[in-house]
Amino acid sequence: MSHEHLIACHECDLLLRPPELEPGGVARCPRCGATLYKSAHRSQERALAFTVSAIILLMLANFFPIMALQVGGNQVSCTLTSAALMLYHEGMQELGILVLITTVIVPTAQMLIMLYVLLPLSLDYLPPRIPDMLRMLNMLRPWSMVEVFMLGILVSLTKLTAMATVIPGIALWSFAALMVLMTAAISAFNARHIWQLLPLENA
Amino acid sequence: MTPRAVSAADEGLLNCHSCGLLSKNVPNAHDRCPRCGAHLHLRKPDSLARTWALLIAAFLLYIPANILPVMHTASIIYEEDDTIMSGVVYLWTSGSWPLAILVFCASVTVPLAKLIALSVLAWTAQHKSTWRQQERTRLYRLVEFVGRWSMLDIFVVTLMVGLVHFQSLATISAGPGAVAFAAVVVLTMFAAMSFDPRLIWDPEQKQDD
Repeated sequence: MSHEHLIACHECDLLLRPPELEPGGVARCPRCGATLYKSAHRSQERALAFTVSAIILLMLANFFPIMALQVGGNQVSCTLTSAALMLYHEGMQELGILVLITTVIVPTAQMLIMLYVLLPLSLDYLPPRIPDMLRMLNMLRPWSMVEVFMLGILVSLTKLTAMATVIPGIALWSFAALMVLMTAAISAFNARHIWQLLPLENA
Repeated sequence: MTPRAVSAADEGLLNCHSCGLLSKNVPNAHDRCPRCGAHLHLRKPDSLARTWALLIAAFLLYIPANILPVMHTASIIYEEDDTIMSGVVYLWTSGSWPLAILVFCASVTVPLAKLIALSVLAWTAQHKSTWRQQERTRLYRLVEFVGRWSMLDIFVVTLMVGLVHFQSLATISAGPGAVAFAAVVVLTMFAAMSFDPRLIWDPEQKQDD
């Protein structure tokens, strides 16, 4: 059997002929139901637009306070980084680093890699080291936890309102929007389409 | 397509885990993908051994994660240690029961269900079971998807520590349970990544031949 026109399901290894998709369509494995790939129709344009807006919101979300707490005459506000650093200085280095990785470093890296790949592609130019970039993107994906952090903000908001007056900050709204934009950017991003642009070196 | 399921491995083909290109499985050839240069493997290397090792470590840490306090509150009036469970109880009694249920699911149910589910997956794959393959694949997908949500409590503790530090009035600090709990989440995520779902389907191929 010639294998040039075949693919294998990454979850059950079923050998199959890749079906043609309509715009917006999704190909699923007939045996195990895994999502094989999505239609590439205008996907990179959408992904680029979402990525650029997500990068702007990432800056707002990281440099502005998430919320402030008011007790009597005292007011304390915190940004994501200042909260993680507080853990770090209290001797909980591992926790502080884990929080920074999952909420700041990985999401930022994801968006910058996507910008690096998508911006030149939109100008019909293939940037160098694409395989490394796509591999890194795959590896980073499970460790990006902006949406979980957003839920964490809501839970702590509820707990804190019982103790004192809470004033929501700019970063709180930025995180809510960032959560939506990053999900949209990552789901629009079509890695299969980009892989297909690459030449075979020694096949 | 023929009704009989043929896997890539049956045809001597390797699926690149990185870019999805199929290559011929030629022994002694360069084991790198001709398109993206990733190392090629028929299945994830040492998948079951790695999954078990990470799972056992996670099971052991699950105990201190639930017994030790994750958060310590000190104020002029009282001092309090909170475990994962007492945090849920607090949310429940203070009237925000939707959040209590949510935190209970993310912090108590999900980690335990994940440990059990991954053990079942690894055990059945090890015994080359053909039992409910489709459901087991779906279970694997679910485990991969929900695992990250257990970080919720860690983020809550981080924000509470970051905000509540009014020198003499009240201060919140993180407890040792939080480190154990975060370790359980990270270890089970690695365990899910080490498990190769294709092992669920491999026994079927052998029987067909």
